[in-house]
Amino acid sequence: MEREVKLIQIEEDIRADNRKEAENVRTRLKETNTFMLNLMSSPGAGKTSVIIHTLQALKDKLNSAVIEADMDSKVDAESIIAAGGFAVQLHTGGFCHVDSYMVSKTLSEIDLNDIDLLILENVGNLICPAQSDTGAECNVMILSVPEGDDKPLKYPLMFRECEALIVNKTDYLRMGDFDMDSLYQRVKRLNPSIEIFEVSCKTGAGLQSWTDWLVSRVSR
Amino acid sequence: MHELPVTHDILEIVLKHALRTHVKKVYKVFLEIGAMSDLEQEWIQRYFDTISKGSVAEGAQIEVQKIPCRFLCNHCGEVFVVDMYSDENISCQRCGAAEADMISGTEYTVKSMEAT
Repeated sequence: MEREVKLIQIEEDIRADNRKEAENVRTRLKETNTFMLNLMSSPGAGKTSVIIHTLQALKDKLNSAVIEADMDSKVDAESIIAAGGFAVQLHTGGFCHVDSYMVSKTLSEIDLNDIDLLILENVGNLICPAQSDTGAECNVMILSVPEGDDKPLKYPLMFRECEALIVNKTDYLRMGDFDMDSLYQRVKRLNPSIEIFEVSCKTGAGLQSWTDWLVSRVSR
Repeated sequence: MHELPVTHDILEIVLKHALRTHVKKVYKVFLEIGAMSDLEQEWIQRYFDTISKGSVAEGAQIEVQKIPCRFLCNHCGEVFVVDMYSDENISCQRCGAAEADMISGTEYTVKSMEAT
């Protein structure tokens, strides 16, 4: 006789395990008073450049370290180290984002007692990283001018999940049709309280307001 | 690529509940995915077919129900749906107030499964 088909209720959040581990990461970081920033953007928006500028600006104020996440390469970690920063490489092994388990494992390679600010450079991608809690205290994203002002329409979750948006490569503004007012409207629609910083890593413009904000956020 | 790690998590949950309920074969898996969660049924199915081979969930059909982005008006309590992938205003469709909390649209849930 054939067995009867049963409907089994599950009601389980697919991200529940990851969220639990993210809470463990937050607890661990709190013990050493380490502030973790999760920095996200598309490939090439300027995450590594922003990090290098940030480390240089804050070197007398905060002890910082960087977790460089990449699917496979280590060029970004090498750039940070070449600029005098401390970086640990996290290979996601082909995964398109960093999850809290990867962070947890990487934390054991860092003496957190010495670190005030830990910057996680996530994998370049505007989709998946927005969905994965890394255990960071604060999410920040970068959008670069050449990517266009329409990105909030395509990746709304990313713009909602971040406390701050860095608009990088403002030196490109005069070359294209990027509309800063449209960008503000679209971003504020998704996230009214988001902080927006217009910067250029090329010219250095605007970086001071970003690092000032970050310092105040770390000490909050 | 994006769906692969998620599909691993889905399979893990399905197998855990299959073990718990002593079922021998899973036929269907029902998911609730928020409109902002960027997951496509077709790709989840394709990855699921590959990674579930040899398990009780081999051959199971994935059914995705997309959940729209709903907002609750802080002013009058009206619930309204907004297309987040557009320039459409997020304001109450009854009283016009702009203060509203998102109450759905980011779901990532395994709801249930059919099995024998």
